[in-house]
Amino acid sequence: MSTFDNPFDPNQSLHRGCTCGKHASQADHNAAIAASPNPTDEEAALNRAVESSIMRSLFPEDRTRRNFIKAVGVSTAMAAVSTFFPMAAAKAVAADPVGPLEKKKLKVGFIPITCATPIIMAHPMGFYEREGLDVEVIKTAGWALIRDNVANGQLDASHMLSPMPISASLGIGARQQDTYVATIQNINGQAITMHNKHKDNRDPSNWKGMTFGIPYDHSMHNLLLRYYLAEHGVDPDQDVQLKVIAPPEMVANLKAGNIDGFLGPEPFNQRAVYEGAGFIHVLSKDLWDGHPCCAFGATRSFVEENPNTFSALFRAIASATVYAHKKENRPEIIEAIAPANYLNQPKIVLDQVMTGRYADGLGNIIEEPERADFDPFPWESMGVWILTQMKRWGYIEEDIDYADIAEEIFRATDARQRLAEMGLPAPEINSKKHMIMGKEFDPARPQEYLESFEIGRA
Amino acid sequence: MSQSLSLRAGLVSILLLLAFIGAWWGATLPTQVDLGDMDPEYAAMMGLDTVQESDIPTPGDIGSAIWTHLSDPFYVEGSNDMGIGYQLAHSLWRVLAGFALAALVAVPLGFLIGMSPLMHKALDPYIQILKPISPLAWMPLALYIIQDASISSIFVIFICSIWPMMVNTAYGVASVRDDWLAVAKTLEVGPIKKAFKVILPAAAPTILTGMRISMGIAWLVIVAAEMLVGGTGIGYFIWNEWNNLDLANVIFAILLIGVVGMILDMIFGLLGKAVSYKEV
Repeated sequence: MSTFDNPFDPNQSLHRGCTCGKHASQADHNAAIAASPNPTDEEAALNRAVESSIMRSLFPEDRTRRNFIKAVGVSTAMAAVSTFFPMAAAKAVAADPVGPLEKKKLKVGFIPITCATPIIMAHPMGFYEREGLDVEVIKTAGWALIRDNVANGQLDASHMLSPMPISASLGIGARQQDTYVATIQNINGQAITMHNKHKDNRDPSNWKGMTFGIPYDHSMHNLLLRYYLAEHGVDPDQDVQLKVIAPPEMVANLKAGNIDGFLGPEPFNQRAVYEGAGFIHVLSKDLWDGHPCCAFGATRSFVEENPNTFSALFRAIASATVYAHKKENRPEIIEAIAPANYLNQPKIVLDQVMTGRYADGLGNIIEEPERADFDPFPWESMGVWILTQMKRWGYIEEDIDYADIAEEIFRATDARQRLAEMGLPAPEINSKKHMIMGKEFDPARPQEYLESFEIGRA
Repeated sequence: MSQSLSLRAGLVSILLLLAFIGAWWGATLPTQVDLGDMDPEYAAMMGLDTVQESDIPTPGDIGSAIWTHLSDPFYVEGSNDMGIGYQLAHSLWRVLAGFALAALVAVPLGFLIGMSPLMHKALDPYIQILKPISPLAWMPLALYIIQDASISSIFVIFICSIWPMMVNTAYGVASVRDDWLAVAKTLEVGPIKKAFKVILPAAAPTILTGMRISMGIAWLVIVAAEMLVGGTGIGYFIWNEWNNLDLANVIFAILLIGVVGMILDMIFGLLGKAVSYKEV
């Protein structure tokens, strides 16, 4: 039974499977909500949701509710409930959860990589429009420009690398400005791609002396590559060279043999394979399954000055993210994001990234449905991990309170509340333990975790 | 005689072009590849075919890119995908805006420097230091201070256009022939009238040469600036196609930049001719 179904129907069950009860699994539920009713149905649906939650709290046992309605009839039941609960008022409150939008015309930046999928697809697929927003999605030439344009307010909100709001808030490699991670855009979806000449040299401990490309210093790519190399005894500062290179140039440089490999965003790993330049050595999913990569962020001042607009923006992006999570929506999404206005990439390449059935460049077709995934919840523990690594590699020198900073920047509590208002599932906790390359990371003990590494600057 | 020279030169040009395209065509002929027992699905995923196209686009690819873009130069498929006509218009607008601002500053300042040996000596060290700075080196600073990507690229055009115009204006003004100035003095011409009636016409060809150099540099710089900043313009177009590793479109844009640059240079050449005169 969906949150939006009629709780006064005695034949419906209110308690089942996912959060709303209608769907077999949580994933089905998410997609159904994301593909949510068109605007004319929304009011009715919202009324149903209010009625459902009231009835659920009145009748914790669903059997009791059904018996009650069967016994007295629907209209009597409704009247009876209305006498002691102001249902009409509750519906009115729910129908207008936010006030008017402070700003309708918005500029949202993105870098043309698949990590930006929810931000991008929300434009052609109408997710912004549904929230009453007129959003211009602006293709931006590089991460430094995203950083600057967010800082100076040219972009209202933007696609960011997850560590960027942290570096902006701490004023590291950026103008100090409190910046929030509103949602995570994508999880997984990166890879280490190596030059074809290293086909027989798959052991990273032999990689000393090599040169690697990363897209930006304050990126998950940099932190994950450093982590991966260090786990194999290669010091990323001493033994190899890490160069900041824009992703399309990574492919060209790989082809020319200027770099030995890169940890980059999709579709450029697959593009390198498609161009015959390299092979996919390992997916980032295999380093940390479910790791965050890019985020959707905004400055604190924008959020505080435009709370309703920000909520609407959040809803658009979060529902796009949940929609993108669902595998059967992927072909439609690929169609929407491939044109020159957005990613400007061949569909066959995007297809391999988004479906996870791909050529690895070594002659194999690999089936990895979780290769690129989307999950909006900004776990604070992800923020803590990023902080430990930024400290580990010397980006942060002073002593910090990991939990405090992560809580301030990764808006998990806000996200949960908003997701709940949308009827979307959200975890009940803000932090969890993560498994990264077989090692458990406990966000409650960041300092111990940091000290457990042999290689590092901290 | 000169007509037949032009004719022969034209013929040689065409022959050279044909030879070049022929060599290009030959070098990029598709090759037959033996995919062996490769899984057809894998081959498709790798973009492989039994007929393997060359990595470098063929003359035909460029031809079709030129046709595609020029046949519909003003389409708008969203704010990140506009026709080449719009992209060119954006670039030209930025160049002209930056260039006009530079002219407003450079010509009066150049006059001042040219007419006053004191100012010449005083300002010279600054000009010498600022002149050799690569225009793009200003970009991060401009972005940080101006806080607007589009205005920053106009500023970069401004800062690169200003020096050749200023230096040439100063040189032109300083080398106005002394006897003309003497005549003006004898006729008791006022300073404003002297500037406009005597010095400006005499220095105009040199000033326009400076402007021509500035315009050339501005057109060089705008492409690089737009590649850095993105958004709109011919530089953005190249960046966007480079993002897709689509070399045919990149080559098309390079050709177009060359043609537009040539036209701009011709315009300033004609203007220069219009203000110059032959001494009899």
